[in-house]
Amino acid sequence: MTAPSTGASRAAARRTRTPWPGSAGHTFVAAYTVLLVAFGVVPTGYAIYFAFTDNADSFAGLSNFSTAFDDFRFGPAVGHVVLYLAWWLVSLVVFVVGLALLVHRMAMKGLSRLLRFLYYVPGALAGAAGVLVWLFVLDPTVSPVGFLLRALGYHAFGQVIAPGHLPVLFTLIAFWTGAGGWIVVMYGALNNIPADILEAARIDGAGALQTAWRIQIPMLRKWIVYMVILAFAGGTQLFVEPQLLSQASNGVAGRDYSLNQLAYDFAFQNNDVNTAAAVSVELLVVGLVVAGVFVARSGFFDAD
Amino acid sequence: MRTDTRWGIVAGPAGIRSGPAVREPARIGRAARRRVNPLPALVLLLFVAFFVLPVLWLLLAATKTDDQLVGGNPLSFGSFHALRANWDALTAYQGDAIFRWLRNSALYSSVALVITVCVAVPAGYAMAMTEFRGRRALLIATLVVMLMPNATLVVPLFLEVNAVHLIGSMWSIVLPYAFYPFGVYLTYIYFSTALPRELLDAARLDGCSEFGVFRRVALPLAAPVIALVGFFSFVANWTNYYLPYVMLPQDDQLPVQVGLGTLLDSVPQFNPTAGALEVQRPELALATLLAITPVLVVFLFAQRFLVAGMLAGATKD
Repeated sequence: MTAPSTGASRAAARRTRTPWPGSAGHTFVAAYTVLLVAFGVVPTGYAIYFAFTDNADSFAGLSNFSTAFDDFRFGPAVGHVVLYLAWWLVSLVVFVVGLALLVHRMAMKGLSRLLRFLYYVPGALAGAAGVLVWLFVLDPTVSPVGFLLRALGYHAFGQVIAPGHLPVLFTLIAFWTGAGGWIVVMYGALNNIPADILEAARIDGAGALQTAWRIQIPMLRKWIVYMVILAFAGGTQLFVEPQLLSQASNGVAGRDYSLNQLAYDFAFQNNDVNTAAAVSVELLVVGLVVAGVFVARSGFFDAD
Repeated sequence: MRTDTRWGIVAGPAGIRSGPAVREPARIGRAARRRVNPLPALVLLLFVAFFVLPVLWLLLAATKTDDQLVGGNPLSFGSFHALRANWDALTAYQGDAIFRWLRNSALYSSVALVITVCVAVPAGYAMAMTEFRGRRALLIATLVVMLMPNATLVVPLFLEVNAVHLIGSMWSIVLPYAFYPFGVYLTYIYFSTALPRELLDAARLDGCSEFGVFRRVALPLAAPVIALVGFFSFVANWTNYYLPYVMLPQDDQLPVQVGLGTLLDSVPQFNPTAGALEVQRPELALATLLAITPVLVVFLFAQRFLVAGMLAGATKD
């Protein structure tokens, strides 16, 4: 963690990065580059190739894209993912930063460490395990918060997983498994803010809120952006949650809910890898554009 | 998120407003108010309940019969007898399937972890501390691939792996796991913020070769970031669902995450057509517990490193 750097310090950083003689630098990155090409570049190329060809390997223009677009499941799937992302990203930023600040302010370090641990524990249940737990939690008959669900008027699993609830439910699951890790990261970043800056702010009369808003959050900026980018990438990948939910509800809820499920079904149910690749490419383009905007606007490369 | 905030903020309006004369009383007043404000504690506790309750419920669910699960207090302990019965029923499912899945997960995740660390640490170091042709391009490529939703590549990866006839081989998931740009970027961030360049220069002046500098200076200081990368990589791989779901067609090759999905299909309350191979809900809860235990254990050991790794960045001025 460095302070947002000025042009001068960035130039200084560039000066002090030592040029390596010979090919030492390339040797160090060689293995990584091989993996990058094999599992990053080549599959991307494959996706693009398949997206623009038909099953006879001849150029197909945009026909795969229009096939996907015209599919009755496509529009709803886009809507689902966008709605889910909105819930997920907003709650992540607000609560992770808020909780990290609160935990960081605690005077008792032992208690603060315990809280971070407790918040993190569900991280161990990421993926299918967490979804299974939430299938139980959302079933009023066995749920530990059954009284809460009943108070809200839901008496059966089917009522809880009504289609309109899914973005919030998936957000709950994702937040439950993912937020703790980010709280640990934000806490670490908060620790990296030099104590004398906070001390100076305190002497100058800044309260906890002002310190958080004017010093800590701006200095966390880089990490917040980082979190949002990765959470966005993760969010568009929505697959296991709706997939398992659709299994658990006999296809009533969550079937063909997300774009990834749609790509999967195109590829493995309809044997139409070209349309599947078109969906993949679309997801890819959206991801890259948003990431690009974040990177450009946040000064993410400050450390460079 | 404003982009114009700089260090100068410390001397901002807050500093101008309160003069030395009023500063002391104001601070005492604020401190007193902070002590009685119960809101932060309440929020923290509420989130403890949110994060912990489902885990607690899961632990207890494994000790119950299905009837107790529905009828009893959700946060009560069942009995060791029921736990034993659930264990027997679960391990009998398809003849030890659960242990086979756990073994598979352990194998895939640990092999991928070793490769990831060996590949990511030197790469992150080279990009952070040295200049070479293509460095910036590689860094940007890393960032781009890291941001790329990797599940969108699952189908193309399937086609690629299929073309080289590796479908059904463990390498079809281990090698894609081992490619972990997030780990490279973490290492890059760590070295560029936490490792003083003067240290490297000193080693060079003392006649260290570039490999010597890496091995003797950078690597010993890299323990926290290695723990961090290893930890994130292990958790990510252990909990991955989509890739093995697509790549591994054989039931006995499944990692435990995908295995849980198979179990879910055999629970009659969730799948009325489950049929003969019935799995009761408490058994599913027990299987979920077994599936998460290794990650939990790893976290207990890595927690110290996690915080240490983050703190290490603070030493740079």
